[in-house]
Amino acid sequence: MSTTTVPAGTKWWTGGRSPFNASYGKVMMWYFLMSDAFTFGAFLISYGTIRFSVNHWADPNQVFNAFPFAGHANLPLAFVSLMTFILIFSSVTMVLAVHEGHKMNRKGVEKYMILTILGGLAFLGCQAWEWTHMITGDHAVLVNGQIEHWGTTVTKNPWGPQVMHNGALVSTPGPIAFGGYFFGITGFHGFHVFSGVIINIIMYIKTKLGHFDERGHYEMIEKAGLYWHFVDLVWVFVFLCFYLV
Amino acid sequence: MSTHSSSSEITYHPEHTGGTKRIWKIFWVLSVLTIIELGLGYFMYAQHGSLSYTVVISTKIAIAILTLMKAYYIVSVFMHLGDEVRNLIMTIVVPLILFVWFIIAFLADGNSWRNMRNTDAGSRPQTEQVTPAAIEQGQKP
Repeated sequence: MSTTTVPAGTKWWTGGRSPFNASYGKVMMWYFLMSDAFTFGAFLISYGTIRFSVNHWADPNQVFNAFPFAGHANLPLAFVSLMTFILIFSSVTMVLAVHEGHKMNRKGVEKYMILTILGGLAFLGCQAWEWTHMITGDHAVLVNGQIEHWGTTVTKNPWGPQVMHNGALVSTPGPIAFGGYFFGITGFHGFHVFSGVIINIIMYIKTKLGHFDERGHYEMIEKAGLYWHFVDLVWVFVFLCFYLV
Repeated sequence: MSTHSSSSEITYHPEHTGGTKRIWKIFWVLSVLTIIELGLGYFMYAQHGSLSYTVVISTKIAIAILTLMKAYYIVSVFMHLGDEVRNLIMTIVVPLILFVWFIIAFLADGNSWRNMRNTDAGSRPQTEQVTPAAIEQGQKP
């Protein structure tokens, strides 16, 4: 465990040193992440507000119950668990890369950066599959007395309450906001994952070229790591708001 | 050349001599918390329809608390915020307290909109919503 041993009585605010005991770049990365947290927070809270304001909302266990190559098997929570564990695991390899960076071990940093990049790409692949499945997979929905087949898009979805129609239970059009919030928020998060992968690739190349050994420290890996962990952190809340509750 | 260039910014360097044991420990903690969340989620799915409103809400709150625990471990250990000096921790954490108001105020607002709509802005008493399954077939939505 790393601990900062700061002597008692250190005067942090009298000038000559940073009161945060961190470089400018790292402090600014933290402030950027804090502002990004408010952006994501605003999105998720607005989703919650709209969800609270209507009488019916799409049931996640019904919407997200598919798994690649499993046909029409009903597997609620399964695929999103896989995505969650992929992201947790890539977070672990990232923190291991930071750890190797502290030890100035270039080979170790390279190895763990590669694993982190692969984890990020695997997550993006999962998300691409899930979006495709939702947009193209159509479901019977009762519209003006006629049965139509709808996929889930930003403007319409078949996840409304079920009604009796000719002796069978069929869905009605779901809450319009559902698709917009789902694709908007997971898309914004997915774009963060994508840019995180790009940043990690740049960091990997810079490590490989020995830039950080020349500089004498691997702080850039730490800053890229902060961003990557933040992406994982946001997913924890997206997972909560869209898939679990 | 171990410059650690910005010497006026970093006064004390944290010790990073420890192994990776703590990282793996937190990995297992996060995994177990996630599995408990999934278990609760699956419980709500399997018991769908037979649970009272109170049980469903309590389960959802329990899942939200587990999520906050995961967030704490990620920020504190993986992002090393727990190893930073108190000044840096406070400058990040204190502004986030705004979320407490943010969440309570807006969810209450959403709830209020629903009540207004269901009661025609208070002009009639809250009645049991007509369950869609009871809507006669052929009725236009």
